[in-house]
Amino acid sequence: MPESDMGIIGVIIAVLGGAIRIGTPFLFVSLGECLTEKSGRINLGLEANLVMGAMSGYGVAYLSGSAWLGVLVAGLTGTVLGLIHAMLCQQNRVNDIAVGIAMMLFGTGLAFFLGKPFIQPVAPRLPSLSLGTWSESPVVQAALEINVLFIIGLILAPLMAWFFKNAKWGLFVRTVGESRDAALAMGINVNLVRMYSTMAGGFLAGIGGSFLSLYYPGSWNEGLSSGQGLMAVALVIFARWNPMYCLYASLLFGGASALGPALQSVGITQGYYLFNAAPYVLTLAIMVITSSKKQRFAGMPGEMSNI
Amino acid sequence: MTRELGKLLESIAIPVVALLVSLFLFSVFVSFSGANAFEVLGGIYRGAFGSWFSWQNTLVRAAPLMLTALCTALPARIGLIVIGGEGAMVIGGLFAALTGIYLDGLNPLLVISCMTLAGVITGGSWVAAMGALKHYRNVNETISSLLLNYIAIAILSFLVLGILRDPATLNNPSSYPIGEANMIGDIGDTSIHGGLLFGLAICIGLWFLMRRTIYGFAVDIVGGNIRAAQISGLPVGKLIILTCFLGGAAAGIAGVIEVAAVHGRANLSLNAGYGYAGILVAFLARHNPIAIIPVAILLGGIRASSGLLQRSFDLPDATTLVLQGIIFIVILASEALYGRIKWFQPKVTSNA
Repeated sequence: MPESDMGIIGVIIAVLGGAIRIGTPFLFVSLGECLTEKSGRINLGLEANLVMGAMSGYGVAYLSGSAWLGVLVAGLTGTVLGLIHAMLCQQNRVNDIAVGIAMMLFGTGLAFFLGKPFIQPVAPRLPSLSLGTWSESPVVQAALEINVLFIIGLILAPLMAWFFKNAKWGLFVRTVGESRDAALAMGINVNLVRMYSTMAGGFLAGIGGSFLSLYYPGSWNEGLSSGQGLMAVALVIFARWNPMYCLYASLLFGGASALGPALQSVGITQGYYLFNAAPYVLTLAIMVITSSKKQRFAGMPGEMSNI
Repeated sequence: MTRELGKLLESIAIPVVALLVSLFLFSVFVSFSGANAFEVLGGIYRGAFGSWFSWQNTLVRAAPLMLTALCTALPARIGLIVIGGEGAMVIGGLFAALTGIYLDGLNPLLVISCMTLAGVITGGSWVAAMGALKHYRNVNETISSLLLNYIAIAILSFLVLGILRDPATLNNPSSYPIGEANMIGDIGDTSIHGGLLFGLAICIGLWFLMRRTIYGFAVDIVGGNIRAAQISGLPVGKLIILTCFLGGAAAGIAGVIEVAAVHGRANLSLNAGYGYAGILVAFLARHNPIAIIPVAILLGGIRASSGLLQRSFDLPDATTLVLQGIIFIVILASEALYGRIKWFQPKVTSNA
């Protein structure tokens, strides 16, 4: 990236651009988690979907030459992981939070194992739209390179909100999430709805992973994801289980993550590693502020284990 | 069969069967990737327990695992799922190194004691903070502990790659050394460092505390039914924070050992995944501090065999991670079996 002389304005533009670029995987993972949690189950293992999605998407894109085929396979990988999670959680006495941790360790180990051959090769990247050509400034141009997946996510968020509100299946998901007994009385197969919700959520998280390896940072390596999958769970709480708020929260988190690199690009390297902790500190601060000892969160599905 | 004996047998038999099932699934997995499963399993055994040399390797890795496992096991007894062992280990090790660098030159025994104390206080407070956030603000401890892991690693990188960096360390950036005199030596003429004794003693001590004292009993009541504990007047908040502190202190000592017995300085290898593997150890041991000892040795062995698998079978170093992941998932799935197998259930006697 070229040196910029725009100072503080440059930092702000870089943070805004980063909000979209780094926020996109957050958006997909949080929408997936939102869907799963709406059905009354929490999936802490989406980190695995993210890393496995990144690895499988990259591998398939490299082998087939098509980045979009990679995205599809990443989603399907996430679906399979969601299926495993759902089948384990259906068993008696099996704790969904512990299963999430186990899936996280299993999925990252598996991705590192299978992904070894793909660390060196270069796969095709996902296309992006250059919306910044009107500007002379390379900083603005870089910030307005918008990836197609972000636009898909931008459409998906209101679509999911509509789905919960108006679609028959959306009502099923919400009923199962609010009250198992009510759902049973309506003749809904609770485990089946939860399984589909976890699988669909896993699909979206897998796609979020493919964005990491196929667009930004744009290659496969073992340090690709650093807790974004779990941060998405906190993000969904912050977003009050509302898909539209997930969109805004993802942009906020993306911006916080972009702060360190943006400051570094204008020559402020002091405390670079501390700025990298910004998204984690922000998440923690948000959780401390929004949690309450007295009551459950407003909007929290009634069947969910208390988080 | 009495109720007690049935429960004990059940809690040994189910994990053992789950381990065998995991090994079978792992064999299928490595067969698909083109290796001979029997040879790979044999390789894991040889790398872990096949010779005195590999035993030493295994035990060196088991020591920190015992301590990080306690960081998940103790809070689990009071009903919290904490996965912050990695962060507590990093913070404990970092502050132990700071203490050692600062006090270098004094009596080595005093320096080591102060380093351990620093690890206990910082690691313990790190996890106690998660317990306090849970109790006072109802912040989910699983998520907060993971976030704090990343924050701990950021602090470590900031200091070790910044103001603490010894310019002489080029390839593996590290802090200044704590001084040769202040390091924990090996046991006898083995290559096993004294940290193993720390691990064993702390596991046994905490088992006694959790199983044979009023404090341990109170923790089990809170873990069993928090409402009942509140109604019976137990100081729930204090118990939660103290239990988290003890777990974090154990993980902090794991960091002290890595600094004082292995590296002699603080560096990024403090963040080598012992905290995450410790979670698995705790769940496999069903959060029992005594059971953690053999499980940590088993897992230490699996980790120790990683190098041999890479050299002999050309398998990636993540192979042992896959095995650990499979074990974790099968162990959790096996939870569904408890109380369902007739053979372990006491005969219902009708002499009432």
